[in-house]
Amino acid sequence: MITSAHLRTGAEAEAASLPPLLAQAEHLAGTVLLGDHGRRRAGLGDDFWQYRPVQPGDSLRMIDWRRSAKTGAQFVRQREWQVAQSVMLWVDQAASMVFSSDKSLPTKADRARVLALAVAILLIRGGERVGLTGTLLPPRRGEGQILRLTDMLLRDEGGDYGTPEARAMLPHARALFVSDFMGDFDSFEAALTKAADRGVRGVCLQVLDPAEESFPFKGRAIFESMGETLRHETRKADDLRDRYMDRLLERKDRLRALCRMTGWHYGQHHTGESAQSALLWLHRAMEKR
Amino acid sequence: MILGLPIGFTAPWVLAALALLPILWLILRAIPPAPIRRRFPGVVLLLGLSDDDTVTDRTPWWLLLLRMLALAAVIIGLAGPLLNPEKSQGGKGPLLIAMDASWASAADWEARRTMVSALLEEAARDGRAVSLQRLNDPQELRFLPADSWASRLAGVLPQPWAATPDQMSALARATDGQRFDTIWLSDGVARDGRDTLLDALQAAGSVRVVQTGQGALGLKPSTFEDGKVLLTATRSESALARDITVQAIGQDPGGAERVLATLPMTFEAGENEATNALSLPAELRARISRFEVQGLRSAGAVTLSDDSLRRREVALIAGREDREGLQLLSPLHYLRQALVENADVLEGALTDLLPANPDVIVLADVAVLSEGEEAAVLDWLDKGGLLLRFAGPRLAASEISRTEEDPLLPVRLRAGGRSVGGAMSWGEPKSLAPFPEDSPFFGLEVPEEVTVTAQVMAQPDPTLASRVIASLSDGTPLVTRKQIGQGQVVLVHVTANAEWSGLPLSGLFVQMLERLAVLSSTAADLQDRMAGTIWQPLKVLDGFGRLEDGQSLPGVPGENLLSGAISRDLRPGLYRDGDRLLALNVLDAETTLAPARWPLSVPVEGLRGAVSKDLSGYLLAAALILLAADVLASLAVSGRLWGARAAAVLALAVLMPTPQAQAQSNDPLIREMVLAHVLTGNRTVDDTARAGLHGLTETLFFRTSVEPGPPASVDLERDELAFYPILYWPITPDQPSPSREAYARLNDYLRSGGMILFDTRDADVARFGAASPNGRKLQSLAAGLDIPPLDPLPADHVLTRTFYLLQDFPGRYDSRDVWVEAAPPDAELIEGMPFRNLNDGVTPVVIGGNDWAAAWAMDERGNALFPVGRGRAGERQRELAYRFGVNLVMHVLTGNYKSDQVHVPALLDRLGQ
Repeated sequence: MITSAHLRTGAEAEAASLPPLLAQAEHLAGTVLLGDHGRRRAGLGDDFWQYRPVQPGDSLRMIDWRRSAKTGAQFVRQREWQVAQSVMLWVDQAASMVFSSDKSLPTKADRARVLALAVAILLIRGGERVGLTGTLLPPRRGEGQILRLTDMLLRDEGGDYGTPEARAMLPHARALFVSDFMGDFDSFEAALTKAADRGVRGVCLQVLDPAEESFPFKGRAIFESMGETLRHETRKADDLRDRYMDRLLERKDRLRALCRMTGWHYGQHHTGESAQSALLWLHRAMEKR
Repeated sequence: MILGLPIGFTAPWVLAALALLPILWLILRAIPPAPIRRRFPGVVLLLGLSDDDTVTDRTPWWLLLLRMLALAAVIIGLAGPLLNPEKSQGGKGPLLIAMDASWASAADWEARRTMVSALLEEAARDGRAVSLQRLNDPQELRFLPADSWASRLAGVLPQPWAATPDQMSALARATDGQRFDTIWLSDGVARDGRDTLLDALQAAGSVRVVQTGQGALGLKPSTFEDGKVLLTATRSESALARDITVQAIGQDPGGAERVLATLPMTFEAGENEATNALSLPAELRARISRFEVQGLRSAGAVTLSDDSLRRREVALIAGREDREGLQLLSPLHYLRQALVENADVLEGALTDLLPANPDVIVLADVAVLSEGEEAAVLDWLDKGGLLLRFAGPRLAASEISRTEEDPLLPVRLRAGGRSVGGAMSWGEPKSLAPFPEDSPFFGLEVPEEVTVTAQVMAQPDPTLASRVIASLSDGTPLVTRKQIGQGQVVLVHVTANAEWSGLPLSGLFVQMLERLAVLSSTAADLQDRMAGTIWQPLKVLDGFGRLEDGQSLPGVPGENLLSGAISRDLRPGLYRDGDRLLALNVLDAETTLAPARWPLSVPVEGLRGAVSKDLSGYLLAAALILLAADVLASLAVSGRLWGARAAAVLALAVLMPTPQAQAQSNDPLIREMVLAHVLTGNRTVDDTARAGLHGLTETLFFRTSVEPGPPASVDLERDELAFYPILYWPITPDQPSPSREAYARLNDYLRSGGMILFDTRDADVARFGAASPNGRKLQSLAAGLDIPPLDPLPADHVLTRTFYLLQDFPGRYDSRDVWVEAAPPDAELIEGMPFRNLNDGVTPVVIGGNDWAAAWAMDERGNALFPVGRGRAGERQRELAYRFGVNLVMHVLTGNYKSDQVHVPALLDRLGQ
């Protein structure tokens, strides 16, 4: 059982890591400039959309007197409808993400968190509501949500491999799943199809370590999962490389096919690459409908 | 010996462990390397995969081989392998190591010593008692533990003499009744009395003889014949042809010893002797002090030359020679005959001959010298000349030295002389009395037939007795002598021809001349000349043929010197008696070297070249290296060889066996030009100077192609100055004066093209000179420096145009007192040029007081540290200060390049002329 002392020290450790994560994400988000995205229709908003003649029911306050004085007719100034969309994040926090093959590389979880939070910051600055899948943190807007998201994202989950949380998905919301997708494929399939059923579209970003991509091992070895629940012993690791690569490719293909089927976007990111390019891709992918 | 290889083992049973290797092979081969545990999320993709190959998990064969080799190296190394192991001599009893240790064994003494050392080691291993004897310097026969001899071995040196039969028979007697084995290191030259000793040694135990096949080689004394130096070398082994080179060594005019000439010599096959003649100019020949066989370190290969090569210069001067054609009556004829053999005879007028500084001047029947001549001769005598005068009718008739002793005559003379045994006299012609003991002629035999019929008579005098060195049978002086300064005057009271006596006709005449050192010594009649003399050793030879000081050794009677038996009491070397030098060499003209013959019962072997060497260290080191390689290989095989580990292991492997790599010099001074200032000890001044040079460095970097490194601070006492083209030396009144060594280095620096910029930093209050404390300090500092005459910097000095065109050289203060090396007085304005061609070199000093460093000083951001002047004029002054600095550095670096004609048109253009 976790004691209060443990909780406190754990919380402090997490709190200590929170500013760096936030700063990193802010920094990353700062590299992408964007404005509010309008809904291309009249509604509540700050930007001018069109003038329309006064219709019955319009209050006098709504008449744009300057425009009306020019023509004699009375016009109402309409603004573009700006509506905030809900974006649901799922970041895989399972043990398998806490892996890096080299000291100079970040763990997959770190990279996934940074990317997700950066996207969240961008979206929140863009006026969207961002939350986590599940019921823990429903989408909300405002800077405060960023802190809450940060807090939530820093909580490691138990379990060796993560499964997406597809409950309580808002209909027609958008979603971002960041994971290594090494876990049970059926759960992914179930989550994605369930989300698609509710009209949720989104992006799957597969974050992999370079070592997982190249399998640079040799000799006699015992491979263990990060949670030590799975193990595999081999006497000649380099013999396994080709077959491992085949399997990895197959999994990627299945994931890609699943995404195409459900209308999601599929992307890959390696921790050895720059986070910024991944963020740019993510941002563009999230914009697409 | 193992398999024909010269390898043995001290602990061969350890090799049995090699049998374990195959077993180890099986065990190692069966055990695969331990697996590595890896955390890897991708394991989920691996589940269910199986290994294709089940064999490759075993250790690869080459890794096994590596390990086997390492283990084998350890086992063999522990077994104590020896390269060239000593054959065990078998004997258990005491061991006598007898060495001839004569000059003939000096040439390969190192090999002999190594061999003895090996023998001692072996004896120590076997626990045998050893006695080490030099046969030519025998000690009491005592058998001691071998270790105690090893420490003394370094002091066992060859002597230039050989063992005498007496010494050998004494040793033979000492061995009576003892049992021991003998190893005899022979020098390969036959010697008398050796058989006696050999018999005795064989009676005591087994005898083994060690000698080289090359034999002994020696050089006989040089002789002088027909204007050439004849050299003869002799050797004991005559089978093969052999070429040697003989070096003539002596002092060059500078007094340093060097090889004056070389002479090749060839021994034909089957010949024992080689002869060659060396022809040299007399001057060079006279300098030769010894001959050596090149590359042979042995007393026998050296022959010293004494006076025999040196030819004395004798000036012969007679009175008027009015009797032409009567050759035999000439007063000089007999002298000439006696001298021409081995002296250089000069004839002519006294005034002409004196400047040639002859060794001897002979005046035959010359009575009076002019006053000038007399003074010159006295002067020459003072310096060690020998004036030999012969009497004659003219001397007898003259009034010289009658009442007063003439300075150039040893005695006063009676008028007229006397004549005995002639037709008009009563007495018989007088014969010579035997020579007294204190006479230089002592020991010469007086021949009966020499008679004297006439002589000049000496006045009785208190000093007469001490001056007579030869007299007639009636006691009247025949030869008298007087010291003058370092020289001497000798008067022979008869004529130099046969008119008054038979002396010039006899052999005694020549011997007497030799004794008087008029003649160089010759081999003839050596015995007679040596009788009764004591010779002091000057230099003696050691066994290797090196000359040592012999002054501390006792004198040697001349007879012994002639007997030629070199021994401890009669060492070869250079001996002196009075003015005469005699060389005693190891070999004399009659010496023949015969090879030593040993009876068949004695085994003879050569010096062992290869000494046994312990190989275990090498093998163990090889094992270590193999194990290190095994670490690498194991890591590689098990996939654990990552970059860092590989580098670490590799570095370890590389560093372990190699000696320290020479650190490459990374001194920035060598790579780039650096400005420097002298540390004064005053921190403020030093910091300002450093900042100033920093500012100047920056300025140079930005404006010119000179890109100096960061400025340096120089401690004159410690730092090398050669790297700095220019030194900035701020003067403070209280800075310490450099030491003498520092001054020497500063002067070197100035002479080799360095420049010092002295800055008294007081131009605001003082002019150049001793008016201020700084000026006075500068004067005292510069007193020890090699500074040329100075001038105020002229308007056409190169400094005014090396980079910028300048006429003022302000620093923080703007004084025009800047002094540089004065222009040569002949510097002239060249046609068409606005300046003279001066200062071909860089001025070694620039002296001023403008506190340039303060004007240059700049902090890291480029801000000026000190205010200069006021407002814009101040900024201009600072700019000019920088320009002066740039010009100065350019001047140092380019010298008079800017005086070059090539640039004149452009400069004229810019000057607007």
